[in-house]
Amino acid sequence: MPKLILSHLPGTFYRKPAPDKPPYKQEGDKVAPGDVCGLIEVMKSFHEVLCEEHGRILRFLVENEAAVQAGDPLAELE
Amino acid sequence: MAIRRLFIANRGEIAVRINRAARELGMTVIQAHSEADAKSLAVALADEAVAIGPPQAAKSYLNVEAVVAAAKASGADAVHPGYGFLAENARFAEAVEAAGLIFVGPVGDTIRLLGDKVSAREAAAKAGVPVVPGSEGRIGDLAEAGRLAREIGFPVLIKAAAGGGGRGIRIVEAEAELDRNLGQAAAEAQAAFGDGGLYLEKAITRARHIEVQILGDGKRVVHCFERECSLQRRRQKVWEEAPASTLDATHRAHITAAAVALAESVGYRGAGTVEFLYDDVTGAFYFLEVNTRIQVEHPVTECITGLDLIQAMLRIAGGEPLTLRQEDVRLTGHAIEVRLNAEDPAKNFLPFPGTISELRVPGGPGVRFDSLLYPGYAIPPFYDSLLGKLIVWAEDRPRALARLKRALQELRIEGVKTTAPLFQALVDDADVRSSSVHTRWLEGWLAASKPEEPRREARAG
Repeated sequence: MPKLILSHLPGTFYRKPAPDKPPYKQEGDKVAPGDVCGLIEVMKSFHEVLCEEHGRILRFLVENEAAVQAGDPLAELE
Repeated sequence: MAIRRLFIANRGEIAVRINRAARELGMTVIQAHSEADAKSLAVALADEAVAIGPPQAAKSYLNVEAVVAAAKASGADAVHPGYGFLAENARFAEAVEAAGLIFVGPVGDTIRLLGDKVSAREAAAKAGVPVVPGSEGRIGDLAEAGRLAREIGFPVLIKAAAGGGGRGIRIVEAEAELDRNLGQAAAEAQAAFGDGGLYLEKAITRARHIEVQILGDGKRVVHCFERECSLQRRRQKVWEEAPASTLDATHRAHITAAAVALAESVGYRGAGTVEFLYDDVTGAFYFLEVNTRIQVEHPVTECITGLDLIQAMLRIAGGEPLTLRQEDVRLTGHAIEVRLNAEDPAKNFLPFPGTISELRVPGGPGVRFDSLLYPGYAIPPFYDSLLGKLIVWAEDRPRALARLKRALQELRIEGVKTTAPLFQALVDDADVRSSSVHTRWLEGWLAASKPEEPRREARAG
């Protein structure tokens, strides 16, 4: 059973803090609880997506700027 | 040429509002919508609907090429941009006209002139309108900024020349913080607006926000009195009134004349708003900015004047000269609007998209409800949180407050959290009742009534 990072909110998912900035995390990066791995824009306000477990990002499951629902998996950890 | 087929390049409650105005004028309404808005009230009420792209606004409502192509293909002869999105985008206005359609608003050059904070300020000063002491144009370098800030005195505001709607503004309390803030503000402005230009202004820390509604036909301009919008949170208005009860006849005459002078000096066409900061103590007012579009809070002006501002915009855009004379615009009674947002006031106004399980709309004399709501509607998370506006009118302000309180008691929106409880509290507040407020009053009141929860925020864009 892979570990997943889930979206807690519906909205638009961003992997970068701003269009001209590098992504928070790349596939293969190690993560720890509290690390920011993306942003969800909901109704024009921005909310950080935090990692809840230790691990390594195997892959992102949604594209940058994709529309997501609450509960959607965003990334897979190993 | 009178408009026959109107393309609405917006969504939400303002699309519904424009639809109503246009249909009363006998126009056919073509509603643009993103994939997420196919089930919106605006689409349901339209004669025709056209999909313009994916849910994300950047790929639909903000996509100039997609919107213009859809408008042209629809056989529309005019485009109403509403507010927000492309409403104040000069390139969009010009692209619409280049495609052979009418843009319902000012010409691109007017949008450009008044949309840039620096050139707007210069235009205001030239028209004899008082401006806040500050830089004469964009700041050249740090040394100049320091010299100027010392001269006008701290606190000062750093504003992005291309900013607006309360965004791109920083307050600097002391000289030691100036350099750091200038650097960050320039980087932010570059990222947010693609233009790192800044200017400096004296911060007027206790002022009211008063704005004047104008209508022009490119030659002549009339005002439709003023609105007071001092109750703001994070520089977003939440409660608006017309008229501003703090103004006496003399001050009202001065501030409305200033707005008309500025608008006439630029040959303004369409509906617009000239915003001012008003110092209660001295009675001085200072030019803030011009919004070259219809505003969210326009209904309070309609209530006190009996005008239909959207229909006026459509008539002007269709080529009719302004027949309204200034003396025909009469102020009667008092109106209040509150903005019902899908936000939880108990949780630091966290956005709250969801599905409307129950809706009870207030009614009776002097009550108006402009919204995007219907029972069973699933509010998409992709756009701003404004669900609608409750507007009341009465013979005077105390009666309007009583009516607002009564209407809020009738209102029921279930399935999402809304800002209605905030207004239920405000309508009974002593300062609100006596109108002893200023632009930073609400944030102080919120902080005092409930400690703000820590909130992590970031920007992307």
